Amino acid sequence: MNNKVKKIIPQLITLLVIIFVFGFFTYNAQMNMDNRGIEFGYGFLKQESSFDVQFSLIEYDGSHSYARAYLVGLLNTLLVSFIGIILSTIIGVIVGIARLSPNYLIKNTAAFYVEFFRNIPLLLQIFFWYFAALRALPLPQDAEAWFGSTYMTIKGYYVPLFVWNNLDVFLYSILAAIISILIIRSYAKKIQENEGKQLPVLYISLGLLILLPLLSFVIGGVNLEIKTPVLKQLSATGFIFEPALSLPPELIALVLALSLYTATFIAECVRAGIQGVSKGQKEAAASIGLTPRQVLKLVIMPQALRIIIPPTTNQYLNLTKNSSLAAAIAYPDLVLVFAGTALMQTGRAIEIVSITMLTYLSISLAISALMNWYNKKIAIKEK
Amino acid sequence: MFKYLKQLTSFVAMVAVLFAFSTEAMAKKSKTLKNTQKKGFVRCGVSQGLPGFSNADASGNWTGVDVDVCRAVAAAVLGDANKVKFTPLSAKERFTALTSGEIDILSRNTTWTLSRDADIGLTFVGVNFYDGQGFMVRKSSGITSTSQFKNGISACTNIGTTTELNMRDFFNSKGISYEPVAFEKADEVVAAYDNGRCDTYTTDKSGLAAQRTKMKNPDEHIVLPETISKEPLGPVVRQGDSVWEDIVRWSLNVMIEAEEYGITSANADSMKTSDNPAIKRLVGAEGELGAAFGLDNDWSLRIIKQVGNYGESYKRNIADTGILPDRGPNQLWTKGGILYVPPAR
Repeated sequence: MNNKVKKIIPQLITLLVIIFVFGFFTYNAQMNMDNRGIEFGYGFLKQESSFDVQFSLIEYDGSHSYARAYLVGLLNTLLVSFIGIILSTIIGVIVGIARLSPNYLIKNTAAFYVEFFRNIPLLLQIFFWYFAALRALPLPQDAEAWFGSTYMTIKGYYVPLFVWNNLDVFLYSILAAIISILIIRSYAKKIQENEGKQLPVLYISLGLLILLPLLSFVIGGVNLEIKTPVLKQLSATGFIFEPALSLPPELIALVLALSLYTATFIAECVRAGIQGVSKGQKEAAASIGLTPRQVLKLVIMPQALRIIIPPTTNQYLNLTKNSSLAAAIAYPDLVLVFAGTALMQTGRAIEIVSITMLTYLSISLAISALMNWYNKKIAIKEK
Repeated sequence: MFKYLKQLTSFVAMVAVLFAFSTEAMAKKSKTLKNTQKKGFVRCGVSQGLPGFSNADASGNWTGVDVDVCRAVAAAVLGDANKVKFTPLSAKERFTALTSGEIDILSRNTTWTLSRDADIGLTFVGVNFYDGQGFMVRKSSGITSTSQFKNGISACTNIGTTTELNMRDFFNSKGISYEPVAFEKADEVVAAYDNGRCDTYTTDKSGLAAQRTKMKNPDEHIVLPETISKEPLGPVVRQGDSVWEDIVRWSLNVMIEAEEYGITSANADSMKTSDNPAIKRLVGAEGELGAAFGLDNDWSLRIIKQVGNYGESYKRNIADTGILPDRGPNQLWTKGGILYVPPAR
């Protein structure tokens, strides 16, 4: 037998086994569904869902389709993951650096935080924030204003409602500002490489970011009306704030629990990354006259990031998947709305679970593709 | 002497039961029945804790009217009402657990609706509790009727139930905007409402009455008088095993009919000598009712003796526990209620 055949045969067998296993499960599911008179199909997605959802980023009520309900759940999952990733990164980086601080108190507080939060099951933490921490919040009628006119209550965090006119013009102005900043940055880089001059890029960028949106107010016809929350009575003891934008306590508890939990892992990644850069690098950088800030920005961080990014990607993926624990505290995410209520109302377990699984898979693959791209970008480039 | 006699009779009864099973069970082909007898217990899906319907105490003993349906089936097919394995299920898991074959009876305060019956491989066998959806509010709110609900009211409930749909229908028809807060488990709904997260808690009225007992201070809450939906609750089986379906249906019917004829767990044996043939059939002294689904003739007697009739079950689980002392529609048709079952003959 020659080498080529020897290589192919094990692969062929593996392939056959995989096909057989998948085939068997499909056949088995089909047989069982036939026996019980259950039909398979995705037609139900077009039907009217006839249930309402507490919190939605797009317009939705029970007269929309199940497909729309799916989208509501998906967007809510993405929202909580997005906020969670940003918050946990900020906390994680701060705590990770704090763990390396020479200050005894800072170092040990950070270490205590990490050990405490990462060793308690996430579901318990979610319950803690929702049922223990938020329960201590006042009822709307007893709430005191924070930052002028926002109210933190047991029914949610009420913030003023922003009513925009010509919001699109405002958004375009921000987009224009960002694009011009990018152009200026690349121009500044060229100048520095060619002539050695440094342009004050930061100030120019900030200026643009403020000036352009401001212009849109003055000449773009954009205007913003802020409606402050006012207490409204529903019954002798029932109150809410109206008009107001209400962030539901479910969202707040979930974001808090997810970020504080995931931040501990990110902090460890950050610490490992910084410690992974050899001491000589720092000393060498200092010896050629870089300031401590420049040392961190130009020498340590670029090298540390290479170590930090891959494990942090895992944490982002974990956070996104962990957000499905939302179902326990009534935050209407994909699992609660689609794999929960919609599954129950239609009884289409196989269809809905398969869609949900594929969705989580796609979200995870997208995040990891993005992070891999970033990782490649900052990796050592052989010249 | 008496002691030995008792042992002897129970031995004879056991042999008779076994004999009956080995001959007649073979004649009828029910896969579920055969599997149940082979395993030696009935696999029953119940709630995760709803006092009066299915609730486990500290030592893991289940009680409730839903639990009693499964016990009745166990008494009928296995001869012992205690041979039941209970699986607590959330509203979301329940139908999948049944259609996938993890349980054989779903007796979990489940509303009988057209789409559930026709669409998803289930068969409803009867109604063991007539219910309707209602609202609970805090007494201090001063609300005494749903007509006092105002825009912006937040309502706590469970996901995956007819409750969510009824709630939408109700608020839409009244033109009231509301915030639905839907949890996966009942305990969390109660905790959230109790904490003040929601202005009202909505589910089946029996459920409201039962959950009220779990609150920090039950006297601070009232159930509003309005009923916004029909919720006939009953046991469910998988589609495709009509013999098993019949066994579960008639185990429930026997309990209700036994009450109608005044047969109780205490007097069942003495009823064998009754003059009424309907009573004699129910206690196995006349006719061959059990043979129709491959059981012996004492199947119904065992149900009545070991579990009791419907009235006993209701009194034990729902009335005496203070959940709903008044039977309301769940009274016999002869006494002004709507419990009316086909005759066992």
